[in-house]
Amino acid sequence: MLDILKPAVEAFQDFVLLSVRAVRNIFRSPHYGDDILIQMDVIGVGSLFIVSLIGLFTGIVMALQMARALTIYGAQDQVGQIVSITLVRELGPVLTAVLVAGRNASGIASELGSMKVTEQIDAMRALGTDPIQKLVTPRLIATAVVLPLLTIISDFIGLAGGYFIASTMLGLTFSEYWTSAWQVLEYNDLAQGLIKPFVFAVVIALVGCFYGMRTSGGTQGVGRSTTSAVVSSSVWIFVLTAFITYVWNRAFAKQ
Amino acid sequence: MTPSDSTILRFEDVSLHFGATPALDHVSFEMQPGQTFVIQGAAGSGKTILLKVAVGLVRPDSGRVWLFGQEITHLREQDLFDLRTRVGILFQEGGLFDSLTVAENVAYPLINRRILHHAVKGSSNGNGDPAIEERVRETLRFVELEETLDKFPNELSGGMRRRVGIARAVVTEPALVLYDSPTAGLDPITAYTIISLILKERDQRNTATIMVTHRFQDGHLMANFRYNPNSGQIERAAGGSNSGQMSTKFLVMNAGRLVFEGTESEMQATQDPYVRKFLRLGGA
Repeated sequence: MLDILKPAVEAFQDFVLLSVRAVRNIFRSPHYGDDILIQMDVIGVGSLFIVSLIGLFTGIVMALQMARALTIYGAQDQVGQIVSITLVRELGPVLTAVLVAGRNASGIASELGSMKVTEQIDAMRALGTDPIQKLVTPRLIATAVVLPLLTIISDFIGLAGGYFIASTMLGLTFSEYWTSAWQVLEYNDLAQGLIKPFVFAVVIALVGCFYGMRTSGGTQGVGRSTTSAVVSSSVWIFVLTAFITYVWNRAFAKQ
Repeated sequence: MTPSDSTILRFEDVSLHFGATPALDHVSFEMQPGQTFVIQGAAGSGKTILLKVAVGLVRPDSGRVWLFGQEITHLREQDLFDLRTRVGILFQEGGLFDSLTVAENVAYPLINRRILHHAVKGSSNGNGDPAIEERVRETLRFVELEETLDKFPNELSGGMRRRVGIARAVVTEPALVLYDSPTAGLDPITAYTIISLILKERDQRNTATIMVTHRFQDGHLMANFRYNPNSGQIERAAGGSNSGQMSTKFLVMNAGRLVFEGTESEMQATQDPYVRKFLRLGGA
């Protein structure tokens, strides 16, 4: 019975060790600044268009769905509030993170996996470079910086999408929509909406690197690592968003 | 017993197992500066793993390893990086970074060494540093591949990739260079070119060299030939093969065990059945 659990426990231990070393390296020399910037470009600028597009349509769909229900109660002027709260607290962070996981956890896992199976990681160690310092830490820093930024952009474009529907179909004015959308937000909504992408970013980068660095079995192995990285990081995003929301609500619930 | 500081590499009763299979079985040897070691054996006999243990890429289960007079058996990975910059390695498959150009690959050890020593902000390219650019050009000229500077490794032939690998291994002028099967899978002419380059590097700078190979001819060339800087060719060592044989040692491995250690003539005279079979089938 315990033998069945052994690989899973070992994998988890490896993951924790990799995470600890990656985080510790943030405070250690040498720092590969160029690699951080390159990764920010790949992950951040590279995902900007798709994240904006998905944000826009999420806002549009939210407004469309809510418009019908709110019109029944004559409360269509509150569409801004609903779009705003759902996007900022939940949909913005989660959808952006899932997209970035699909795009970048896979990219990281396949890149590092290919390097692993072609001995490039060993070559790097042999040449005197710490692969975690050179490959993992820059990806961790870059993702942790750009994912919250991407989420802010996605939230904003989503709200704009909501405004498009509110103004064209519900006849709301610019200030009616934006004032209610803005005023409903509290600081703890904004904090929740920024903590989440930060946590997801750490998960995406570390899970991608973890599966990449432990790849074995040639090109098929690279394929397996890539799939595992995307599936695993996506599942963790949903589990963690539920967990963070629960903890947040307990901590900040209005008495 | 601690080896003297001048010892390049020393294995003392080193063993390593993968599961139940021994990869290294009580291996001991010692290497002095200027020596050449030719490690031979069938595929899977533990040759590559021996090289990896030598630079701490893989840790042994038991026994001790010294590199440049320093014991590395229990050294932290972090402390090994600096030591490894003094060793050049050519990997079996080349191990070139396929997303970097040839020039960036060869510049990598130079930039890395600078980063480690000065702990300055890391940089992934060597653009703008004329000293590094010049050294890269010079090293690529050494392996006769100067025209491939801006190419990517996958645009080169197998033999050319091997030569770029040699350039990257020797660019920092390391005191010890390890070559893992440098001629594997190459045609005889290209293999000869590769061995010539290894001899050229060894004889021009008197580098301690360990070459893993499954071809007896490679070892024979290493033991008996010298690079002549005047003609730019390799030729049979003057003063008989004795001088060459003195500094060239042959090690034969079988299933993780070191079954033979000695000069080429001792190897040809040995009665060990495995070594005899190896020599006979190798066409010696």
